[in-house]
Amino acid sequence: MTEQPAKPMMETRGLTVRFGNAVALKNISLEVRRNERLAIIGPARSGKTTFLRCLNRLNDFDHDYSRSGDILLDGTDIHGPEMDVVALRRRIGMVYAVPVPLPWSIRENITYAMRMAGIRNRRVHAEKVESSLKLAGLWDEVKDRLDSHAQDLSGGQQQRLCLARVLALEPEVLILDEPCSGLDPISTARIEDVLEELKARQSIVLVTNNTMQASRASDRTAFFLMGELVEVGETKQLFTAPREERTNDYLTGRFG
Amino acid sequence: MRQDRIIRFILMLVAFSAIAGLALIAFFIFKEGVPLIFQVGWRDFFLSSEWHPSEGLFGVFAMIMGTLMVTAGAMLIGGVFGLSLAIVMTQFSGPRLAGALKPVIELLAGIPSVVYGFIGVKTIVPLIRDHLGGPGLSVLACSIVLGVMVLPTVASISIDAFRAVPRSFWEGSLALGATRWQTTCMVMLKAARSGLVAAVILGMGRAVGETMAVIMVAGNSLAIPDSILAPVRTLTSNIALEMGYASGLHRKALFAAGVTLFVIIMILNTAAITLSSNRARAKGGAK
Repeated sequence: MTEQPAKPMMETRGLTVRFGNAVALKNISLEVRRNERLAIIGPARSGKTTFLRCLNRLNDFDHDYSRSGDILLDGTDIHGPEMDVVALRRRIGMVYAVPVPLPWSIRENITYAMRMAGIRNRRVHAEKVESSLKLAGLWDEVKDRLDSHAQDLSGGQQQRLCLARVLALEPEVLILDEPCSGLDPISTARIEDVLEELKARQSIVLVTNNTMQASRASDRTAFFLMGELVEVGETKQLFTAPREERTNDYLTGRFG
Repeated sequence: MRQDRIIRFILMLVAFSAIAGLALIAFFIFKEGVPLIFQVGWRDFFLSSEWHPSEGLFGVFAMIMGTLMVTAGAMLIGGVFGLSLAIVMTQFSGPRLAGALKPVIELLAGIPSVVYGFIGVKTIVPLIRDHLGGPGLSVLACSIVLGVMVLPTVASISIDAFRAVPRSFWEGSLALGATRWQTTCMVMLKAARSGLVAAVILGMGRAVGETMAVIMVAGNSLAIPDSILAPVRTLTSNIALEMGYASGLHRKALFAAGVTLFVIIMILNTAAITLSSNRARAKGGAK
């Protein structure tokens, strides 16, 4: 087997996004490599979340959303005619800032996406519930009460449940939008540990307001400012020797 | 301070006189109607279909059945269309279409019931007579007209129920790779369920109480309808039809029919309030 030059897992080319007349993203070209954890940092309203929501086409539901530029998943244009957007969202799993367990039991939250994808085999369901909860580091805490209501869990547990239900689909890319913003340090550390383990399985894009988290839990970091990609590089390099002055200003707390 | 107290007193007076008026009406209806039910015997009143006021027979069973059949038919039609409309407007249309449909629904709610009845008599009744048989004036005609009349109620309350579901449920489901239709069925309908039930019950209250349009298209025969093409008389239309010439026991019997109607609507309203307070409790409990 010959070694091919590694195609990026995901890639945006000249991505510009507008909501009505407001430009949210300006000409972003950024790649997400295989099995890497890419952190996106930047102050509020810098376009981080918008960028993330472009990747699984959640912005499509916004009526004044418009876009130019391409987004490729494994070399395929995600806006192309062959792309099934429902299938796309199964390949790109998203975790939100606020955990949103659907109003059912823990088990149903995880099997939901499988049932919607047409997987009805109960044995597969049971296996997936166990394996994905284990991956998310929640299994030991909930294995005896899988049928209790998901909203009875603590915030940190709910967030790991949301992670588990995404992992059950074995997504190729995992996108997380400030997944720890509402969590205490212990829950945050758990999620970061999980991300470290998951790196072997999928690419991870982590949007975070917490620059410390980016420095701890990522391989590369991209800095967004007012819809622009200012700089992207190895996390260690970006944090110790940023090329751009604006990055340095942000990291040293001069704004944002 | 003194001014506040005076204004407070006046407002209280106004508020309580409004409530007192309602209480008086209720009291009066019960005072006039209830003794007759006992005088005739509750079995002969509620469970008999013999309504011959001149002979002292006051059985309202056929009318209760008529009311229930017409209401059920109306809810089947108004419920299905109203709910579908709410789903389309909240789940499958952009803000422009939803914005255009909303005033149409409100307009629909504002049309006087006589007009609905008139349209029913002039178009629906002949259509049923010519194509399905029977006299045309029927349970079916009634159900269709009432169904259209309750549609705005059901639709607008259902729309509010869907809008009250957190957007994060909707988006979370879509982000997990569910289609819009799957999201609607599995997440939205379940999360909005109690509000939707309340919408149906309030629509039902309107269907039970509607009189004018029903008189015009129901045929008003006193027998229990044996098919949906047979004419029917409801409790409300019976009161409206006979009150002009009723006196003595007959008049009291009409009040008793009013009591029956009152109780039916009370049951529906209590159900609605219980359901919506259950929802409030469930929400509070989740926090």
